[in-house]
Amino acid sequence: MNHAWTLTLFRLRLAMRNRAFLVFGIVIPLVFLFLFSAVFASKGGPAVAYVLASVLAMSVMGSFWGLSQQLVIFREQGILRRFRLAPIGAGTMLVSSIASNLILMVPGIAVEIAVARWVLHMDRVGDLLSVFVLSGLGAVTFATLGLVVASVANSMMETQVINQLLWLSFLLLSGVAIPLPNLPRWLQQVALFLPATYLVTGLERALIEFVPLTRLGAELASLGGSALLAFFVCQQIFRWEPEQKMPRQAKLWVAAALVPFLLLGAWEASRGGRLGEARTILRSTFAERPAQRNAAAPSNAPAPTDKR
Amino acid sequence: MSDAIIQVRELTKRYGDVEALRGVSFEIAAGEIFGLLGPNGAGKTTTIEILEGMRSADGGTATVCGLDPQRGGAEFKRTIGAVLQSTSLPDKLRVSEALALFGQLYDCHPDTATLLRRFGLEEKRHAFYGKLSGGQKQRLAIALALVNEPRVVFLDEPTAGLDPQVRREIYAIIEELRREKKTVLLTTHYIEEAERLCDRVAIVDHGLVIAHGTPRELKQRSAGTTRIEVSLARAVPDGELRALEGVTDCRDVDGRTVLHSTRPPQTIVALVKHLESSNNELQSLEIAAPSLEDVFIELTGRRLRE
Repeated sequence: MNHAWTLTLFRLRLAMRNRAFLVFGIVIPLVFLFLFSAVFASKGGPAVAYVLASVLAMSVMGSFWGLSQQLVIFREQGILRRFRLAPIGAGTMLVSSIASNLILMVPGIAVEIAVARWVLHMDRVGDLLSVFVLSGLGAVTFATLGLVVASVANSMMETQVINQLLWLSFLLLSGVAIPLPNLPRWLQQVALFLPATYLVTGLERALIEFVPLTRLGAELASLGGSALLAFFVCQQIFRWEPEQKMPRQAKLWVAAALVPFLLLGAWEASRGGRLGEARTILRSTFAERPAQRNAAAPSNAPAPTDKR
Repeated sequence: MSDAIIQVRELTKRYGDVEALRGVSFEIAAGEIFGLLGPNGAGKTTTIEILEGMRSADGGTATVCGLDPQRGGAEFKRTIGAVLQSTSLPDKLRVSEALALFGQLYDCHPDTATLLRRFGLEEKRHAFYGKLSGGQKQRLAIALALVNEPRVVFLDEPTAGLDPQVRREIYAIIEELRREKKTVLLTTHYIEEAERLCDRVAIVDHGLVIAHGTPRELKQRSAGTTRIEVSLARAVPDGELRALEGVTDCRDVDGRTVLHSTRPPQTIVALVKHLESSNNELQSLEIAAPSLEDVFIELTGRRLRE
């Protein structure tokens, strides 16, 4: 564990020296927060929280971009093979990647919440513990997915292609870019099979409906399960060197890792509760209410609807 | 060899259709500096990377300090230090941080200041890795290979691509390892490096050890002969010059003719006469004592750097 912590500190140090971290970790999410708020929540109030949930989810999901690219760069430049000589295993490298990403994510999340609360006049901050735990768990999950991508892809170009496909799926189908209830019915069903959907709906529930952690079981199970499976898979398929081939058996592990999402998606699809709740949150948030007209006056009152 | 610290037996390795190793065997004694000398693609790097535990062999066995590189785990990794041929560190990592980082990964506390001084990196201690010159990067790579005070040090082409001045600095470091009684396995395609640094050398070609021994023993294959390398205006038929006085061997290498002679003055006189009579012209002539390069040419008919 000591080695994992040593490598985590090393990764943090490198990140702090990289301007791209500041740009992509802090500046760009804030730009999106201001932009979306100007378009969808110009009057402040709960709509800001709705926008904030999307921006937080976007920041968290962005983990897989940075980590997958970094790992591929490390592998292509021969940095990983230098570490391979040291008495550390693939698990240590992976844990340090995930831990450093998680630590780097926290300030960004805090800044986004603070800006939404004090600059954009979000009237309520929701259940902060739930927000931070979901964001943290989400960061771990998506970082781990990024590491799987890095191990599957053979080059930076392949990584970019896979990342684009995943990113667009997560962005368009999870409710980040387009509210889930506004998607065609069949796409809503598809969204239930994505871990990103559970992150977005979970953050919406925590921010808008003050739902505590104890009632976010499905979200936590989905994200946690994804993280565990993806970690197991990326440990199996981790490659120190570009020319190392992925064992055939490991490819089966990647396929097997999708099974729980299929089961969870099927369960949620048969239940129908998540989509119904997403509709309720959207309707209640953007309904014309007296509070919205006076959005600058914050209220700490709990959310009116929580049908779970 | 009773005190062998590295034992390699009949190593084989195939990359698709290419047979990289075809049964490499050798032993290295404790405290010895052993060189694998051969041209690019001979199988040197594959051999050393199998010994470092970076690759697995298809066949044969290899042990380092009695440990199997593939199964020795952390204990094996703590035993060895290595400079890989192609490796790097993140550009934004400082020199002193790199030493401290790898020290921590080996659970040891290297005297960073001493290491920096020893490898001439004191002034660069706060420099980012990306800002170092090739020679400085290589010195840092060697320093990192020594942070855990390994018993065995692997150096894969440690001076490849470096200018002569930096190469000499690396030689001095390797000489220091000899004084410290470290066992060193180095690969090289530089004759001078093998002759100057190695106690024993194995000449590798096409995945096989084709000769091994001390540089002196190897050169004794050509003992008593002098190398006369000439380039002629017109090529002469194969073997025509073999009949000249004193010539023991004659080969065409890279468009030049290499003669080995036991009586150089007589050979040169005979050569000039022969060229005059055949209306040919001598464009250049070099005379040298035999080197490991000659041994390689003798064994393979090719130069090391082909």
